Amino acid sequence: MTPTTTRATDGARPPTGKSRATAAPGRRENLAGYLFLTPWCIGILLLTLGPMLVSLYLAFTDYNLFDSPRWIGFENFQDLFQDDRWWTSVQVTLKYVLIGTPLKLAAALAVALLLVKPRKGQGFYRSAFYAPSLIGASVSVGIVWRAIFNDDAIVDKSMSLFGWDVGGWIGDPDWALPTLVTLTVWQFGAPMVIFLAGLKQVPGELYEAAEMDGAGRWRRFRSITLPMISPVLFFNLLLELIHSFQVFTSAVVIAGSGTNTGGPGDSLLVYGWYLYEQGFRNLRMGYAAAMAWMLMLGIGLVTAVLFKTQRGWVHYEEDAG
Amino acid sequence: MSASLTVGRRARSVIWHVGALAVLAVILYPVVWVIGGSFKPGDQIIGSLQVLPTDPITDNYRRLSDGIADVPISTFFTNSLLLAGGSVIGVLFSCSLAAYAFARIRFAGRDALFTLMISTLLLPFQVLIIPQYILFQKLDLINTYVPLLLGKYLAADAFFVFLMVQFMRGLPRELDEAARLDGCGHLRIYWNIVLPLCRPALITSAIFTFIWSWNDFIGPLLYLNEPDKYTVSLGLKLFIDQDSVADYGGMVAMSLVALLPVLLFFLAFQRYLVEGAATSGLKG
Repeated sequence: MTPTTTRATDGARPPTGKSRATAAPGRRENLAGYLFLTPWCIGILLLTLGPMLVSLYLAFTDYNLFDSPRWIGFENFQDLFQDDRWWTSVQVTLKYVLIGTPLKLAAALAVALLLVKPRKGQGFYRSAFYAPSLIGASVSVGIVWRAIFNDDAIVDKSMSLFGWDVGGWIGDPDWALPTLVTLTVWQFGAPMVIFLAGLKQVPGELYEAAEMDGAGRWRRFRSITLPMISPVLFFNLLLELIHSFQVFTSAVVIAGSGTNTGGPGDSLLVYGWYLYEQGFRNLRMGYAAAMAWMLMLGIGLVTAVLFKTQRGWVHYEEDAG
Repeated sequence: MSASLTVGRRARSVIWHVGALAVLAVILYPVVWVIGGSFKPGDQIIGSLQVLPTDPITDNYRRLSDGIADVPISTFFTNSLLLAGGSVIGVLFSCSLAAYAFARIRFAGRDALFTLMISTLLLPFQVLIIPQYILFQKLDLINTYVPLLLGKYLAADAFFVFLMVQFMRGLPRELDEAARLDGCGHLRIYWNIVLPLCRPALITSAIFTFIWSWNDFIGPLLYLNEPDKYTVSLGLKLFIDQDSVADYGGMVAMSLVALLPVLLFFLAFQRYLVEGAATSGLKG
């Protein structure tokens, strides 16, 4: 037990007199670290890294779960590009992501702005607005959504009161996807809470100074609030995009029961569902694996673009407190 | 003058509350709608604009006691509770161990492994489900709860590891240094000092694990194939599938019953939930 002296790797922490003397020998620490990490290490090898390699391999094979996989090179990927339903699922998912995410974030930010000033009943409001986020992904809410947007149901009837007659949303290929989008926008609670945390960090003096300079409400929002919360906006955008690309349960439930085929005219054929259908119903595991990797590429691409562009619009403050 | 100012302020506050409640009414409408609908006869659920039933009936609930496809509802509930409870224990155990290592132990390769852990957050689950399914099929574990639980005991939920790491990093280092001087090893520090101080993070993780596991649909859909092993989510799906003529009354009642544990959990722990979500950026 020879106490080690200063550690170069520890430079990030403010040096306190105490911490130097008590650092234990590296070997013991290594052993302890790996022991504590054992479950995680097994998990990541068995359930993440291993499966990733296998799925990469399967993407280049023809495999039905029973016969051994047959190597077919890039055939699955070539087939994907000629598969009309795959293109449909790509389009449906992109529409869902590109329309749903901005609307959801806008709703989240609007409500967060509404709730940011301390008022009576603040806790109640925050929780109540958050509630849909918790139950939104359940089968129950999918069923409720289906019922509310059904032919002749409440949404249809209320809208005809205003002279806007769409008919049943879920039976109409043009309106089925908006039904799904409303469900995702409705779950704005999680990004809202994160926006709230971000808004609280904006120093009040900035607003006071701007007000004295005669800046209006909108001007203050654009020149102070938005830049100050841009890191939070970036974080929310990233999470929501990744999350939305993987939509599954609500699409499946809204699309309908029994022999599910992706809703009217495949208008609800989201990527996740088509992958499930190919893999687990048609037992085309190789094809589904290829689909999964295309999804991963897509998400990777979007993430990379976001990180690249963040320099232009995300402002990190040195002192966020 | 000051009187008119407070009157103005009060008026603005009232307007704010009225506005916020109006928005809330629209947002919580579907929840109220299910509650009202579950007490209406089936033919009045879809078409009616009324939220509350004119004469409430309990038939919908009584029909549920017959069960779904010869399986009593209580079976689905027991299964879901078992899975959700088992998941909570697993996540608390495995994720806190991993988090302690990342947050409080300085070992070689820590930063690289931490980056690896964080990057799994970006991984779409679709990439993993096919090989995982094949793995569990080869191990003859389909139609058991092992595939649904194993990941929870192996800290596969990077979200929770991350949340706990963030929390543990905030604990003063002097605590473990003092314990170290008293001759405590990492296991004692973890168990006697860090874990008790991490209660807020543990509670948040437990609540989210319970609710996500309760709402999980694709996991049980993949791995369970006998109705008496089904969870509530699958029971609900079974319920929609078996009825060619939609039994809206039963469906709405069952939907509400299925939501009940989540709603109760939410009401009991809402304060932790909203704060936990804010500090960690967790998704609901």
